Amino acid sequence: MNHQQAQSKMTDVMEKFLNLSSKKLPDDVYDKLKECRDAETSEMQKVIYDTYFDNLNKALELDRPCCQDTGLLHFYMKCGSEFPYMAVVEQALHDATAKSTYSAPLRQNTVNYFEERNTGDNTGERMPWLHWDIVPGSSDLEICAYFAGGGCCLPGCARVFTPSDGYAAIIKYVFDAVAGLGINACPPLIVGVGLGHNMENAAVLSKMAYLRPLGTHHPHPKGKKLEQDLLAGLNKLGIGAQGIPGNRVAMAVHVESSARHTATIAVGVNVACYAHRRGFITFHNDLSYDIKSFKGVTL
Amino acid sequence: MKKILTTPIKAQDLEDIHIGDIVYLTGHLVTGRDDVHRRVVHEGMISPYDFNGGAVFHAGPIVKESPEENVLISVGPTSSIRMEADESEFIRMTGVKMLVGKGGMGEKTTEACQKYKAIHCVFIGGCAVSAASHVEKIEDCFWRELGMPECEWVMKVKEFGPLIVSIDTHGRNLFVENKAKYAQRKEECEAPIIESVKDYLVID
Repeated sequence: MNHQQAQSKMTDVMEKFLNLSSKKLPDDVYDKLKECRDAETSEMQKVIYDTYFDNLNKALELDRPCCQDTGLLHFYMKCGSEFPYMAVVEQALHDATAKSTYSAPLRQNTVNYFEERNTGDNTGERMPWLHWDIVPGSSDLEICAYFAGGGCCLPGCARVFTPSDGYAAIIKYVFDAVAGLGINACPPLIVGVGLGHNMENAAVLSKMAYLRPLGTHHPHPKGKKLEQDLLAGLNKLGIGAQGIPGNRVAMAVHVESSARHTATIAVGVNVACYAHRRGFITFHNDLSYDIKSFKGVTL
Repeated sequence: MKKILTTPIKAQDLEDIHIGDIVYLTGHLVTGRDDVHRRVVHEGMISPYDFNGGAVFHAGPIVKESPEENVLISVGPTSSIRMEADESEFIRMTGVKMLVGKGGMGEKTTEACQKYKAIHCVFIGGCAVSAASHVEKIEDCFWRELGMPECEWVMKVKEFGPLIVSIDTHGRNLFVENKAKYAQRKEECEAPIIESVKDYLVID
């Protein structure tokens, strides 16, 4: 396959994959949402969850995006150093985004700074947003596609504390973000916490944290315990779906970390709404592909 | 029994409605979010749609557009708190009676709702296809140059809901009251976790 053919094939597959991912929640998220529903007891929470599931079913039945805010497209990639079509990936994702905007259809959300006009096809300056990690020796390309809606971007924050603030600062910062603007971001949320040494590395890690599959944990035992403790603690606040009183403000808390400067403790918090449209697709070196986020689907 | 409000809404229609009630809307529901509020409140432009007695929807839909017909694909609420800075003026200037959005709004809007007799309701976020199924058709579109999410889409709706009343005409605000309860609990929820990490910086 030459590069032109590869680009066209990848564009085609990604357009279809984006269309699917805008309409159907990943299996792990759907299952977790059912668990959250079962943990709720009030009449109001029942009304909310009934509407959630009715909407998700209707979206599939009518073949429409389940939430009107299909966001801006973010692609977080793990690219094998031996993957042969690295050169065409950026253009393919750009074209797939534009095509999917019309074929799904997605909402036109993208506005360039200073021009302040909607671009009409969800492409723009540095959009879709691409993040590359290199995997030495691999010949696969794993793409995590995420529809970053406006509402769940609003509570996002990052701050650099000092060692005298201690780990306590991390906990308070997470609680403030979730109990503050987080309640408007369509709970139950997936809360991503990034621990780093400065503002932007903590922020990037908080993003990677909420993209992680549900049921995975931080590799360090203390990190895993912090995830579990934060989840249990947040869910005792008395906040339920839509920020209305209930028992589950969060589906999961994920922590990702890097080493820190001895003088800093940096924290990023990023929340994802319950309509967590996040899809994993892996291309092999012949551009055959596997879809991890949905069982038994064909594009 | 379903409580259904019909546009044009009058002040007395809202008297018996309280925070936490569930209501439905029949008539017209018109989208207006950041840019519509900015034009009306700050740029001195008169809204082409007359919101007097009407309902504004903090929402940006997905519409399949064609010269013959605009078809609504999905529509759902956006975070109402973004409109907090301008909403009280918007209510005063337009006479709008119902605000529909997602999440809560603040004290300024609560005061305006009491003074000018309007309510804020929450449509359940993310439920865009369910919402679209209560819209009979798009009757008109104004200020399209603002972009698809930001312009005014005039929608004819039937029993649009469930809508949870979050601000009533009696000065009460469901989200502000709930937030105070959540804030009270925050310290006791944080405390055991903070206690468990207090030695994490200690080197043996």
